[in-house]
Amino acid sequence: MEKEKEYLKHLFQQEFTKMVAVISKLFGLEHIETAEDIVSETFLKATETWEKQGLPPNPTAWLYVVAKQKTLYHFRRNKILEQKVKPEIRSRQQETVDIEEPNFSQENIKDSQLQMLFAVCNPAIASEAQIGLALRILCGFGIDEIAEAFLSNKETINKRLFRAKEKLRTENIKMELPPEQEIARRLDNVLHIIYLLFSEGYYSQTQNQILRKDLCVEALRLGLTLTTYEKTSRPKTNALIALMCFHASRFDARQTGEESPILYEQQDAGLWDKELIEQGIHFLYLSAQGDEVSSYHLEAQIAYWHCIKEDSKEKWENILSLYNQLLLVNYSPSVALNRTYALYKANGRQEALVQAEKLRLDNNHFYFILLGELYKGMDNVKARLHLQRAYELAKTQTEKQGIQEKIDDLG
Amino acid sequence: MKEFALLFRFPNLDHSKMPPEDYKALARKWQDWAGGIAAQGKMSSNGLRLALEGKVLKPGGVVTDGPFVEIREILGSFIVVKADSMEEATTLAHGCPALDTNGSVEIRPIFVA
Repeated sequence: MEKEKEYLKHLFQQEFTKMVAVISKLFGLEHIETAEDIVSETFLKATETWEKQGLPPNPTAWLYVVAKQKTLYHFRRNKILEQKVKPEIRSRQQETVDIEEPNFSQENIKDSQLQMLFAVCNPAIASEAQIGLALRILCGFGIDEIAEAFLSNKETINKRLFRAKEKLRTENIKMELPPEQEIARRLDNVLHIIYLLFSEGYYSQTQNQILRKDLCVEALRLGLTLTTYEKTSRPKTNALIALMCFHASRFDARQTGEESPILYEQQDAGLWDKELIEQGIHFLYLSAQGDEVSSYHLEAQIAYWHCIKEDSKEKWENILSLYNQLLLVNYSPSVALNRTYALYKANGRQEALVQAEKLRLDNNHFYFILLGELYKGMDNVKARLHLQRAYELAKTQTEKQGIQEKIDDLG
Repeated sequence: MKEFALLFRFPNLDHSKMPPEDYKALARKWQDWAGGIAAQGKMSSNGLRLALEGKVLKPGGVVTDGPFVEIREILGSFIVVKADSMEEATTLAHGCPALDTNGSVEIRPIFVA
C-alpha cells in the first residue's frame, strides 16, 4: 500500500509537468492555471477510479486519455474561453493538424517541456518567484513541498506563484524557444535557475531528506533535457550537469547523519555513488569544448577533484588554481573562504593565515571557523577566540552545536 | 572605492630558457597572488597579458622590433584593483611575484570620467 502510494506520487509528479506543458502549449501560457486545474482533476479522477478498480495496465496512457477528455470538455463548456481562445486556435489551424486535442506524443511532450523551461526561466520574472514556479511547473512539486523546501508556509508560496503567473501574462511570455541570436543569453538564465534549484536541494535547511534529494534529481533531469537539443547542449550545459553529478554522488554519504550533514572530511567514500561520478566525468569531458570557461566549468572541476578522497599536493594545487580562477569570474565570500582553505592544503598554514587575516569577513561565521581551524595546534588561545566568535554568529542550533564540538576539541 | 592599475615591469620577460617546472611554479605564484587579491573582493579586472614580441613606432615613422633591449624594463601586463587609497593599493601590490625577479609594480590611480 505504502509502495503504491509512493509510485502514484512519483507518477503524478512526473506527469504533472508533462501534461501542464502540453496543455499550456495548446491554449497559451496565459491559461496555465486552467491547465493545472485540468491536470489536478485528472489526478483526482485517477485516484478515485484506481482505488476501486486497481491500477490500469498503462496508467500514463490512462491519464492522457482522461486529460484529453477533460481538456476538450473544459474548453468547450467555458464560454469566455470559447470566445477568446477559439479564434486564436483557428488562426493556428494551418500549422497543426490535431487542434483542440492535446497531443501527448513523446516528441510533443519533450518540445513543450523545453519551451516551458525557457518560459519559466524568463528573466522578466523575479528569481525568487521563478524558483517557486520552476518547482511547481517544471518539477511538479506540491505547494506544501515547496513551502517546506523554502521553510515557508503554503500561503506565502501561493502568493508568490500567483504573482509569477501574473507576470507571465503581463509580460506576454510565450511558450517558444528564443530566437537563434538570443538563445545563448537566455540559456544562461535557464542554467542559473537549474543551478539554484539544485543548490536549494543540496544546501536546503529542511530536514526532509527525501524532498531534498528529489529536488536535486529534478534539477539534474532538467539539465539533461537541455542536452537533447543541439542548440541548448552547450559546453556550459554539460559543465553544469557534470557539477550536479559530482555533488549528487556524495548525497547519501553526506546524509546518513541524523541532523547536520556529514562534512566531507568525515564522509565514507565507499558511500559515494560511483555511477554518478562516472556520469560526471562523461559530461565534464563533453564540456571541454570551445573556448569559454564558465563558472560551471570551474566548479565542476573542483567537484571532480573532491571525488578523489586521498589528499595529494597535486589535488590541492589544482583545486587552489580553480578557485583562483573562479574568484575572477564570480567572487563570493564563500568562494573566498574555500579558496583560502585550498591555499592552506596546497601551500601550508602560514601562507593561508596571512591571506585569511586579510579577508575581514567579520559577519560570517564560516570565516571564524576557518580561522579557528588554521590556528588550531599553533595557537589554541586564538583558535578558541575565533571559534567562540563563530558560535555567536552562527544562526542555527545545528551549526552552533558543530562549532561547540570544535571548541571542545581544543581541550 | 577607487580603482588603481597595477603595472608590472620586468628586466627580462623571456621565459623560454626557463625549465618547465620553474615556469609552472612561477605561473602558480602569479595566480596565487592574484587570487589573494580576488579573495578580498578587490580585483576589478584581471587586465591583459602582453606578449613578449612587438613593435615600437617612433617619430619619423621609424619602426623597431621588440624585444625592447634598449628599454631597461619591459611592461609585462597589468591588472586593475579596487582600493580606498593609494596606500591600500600599494599594500595589495606587496608580494607580487614581479618583485622576486627584480621587476617592479607601478601603482597608478584610474581617473573616473
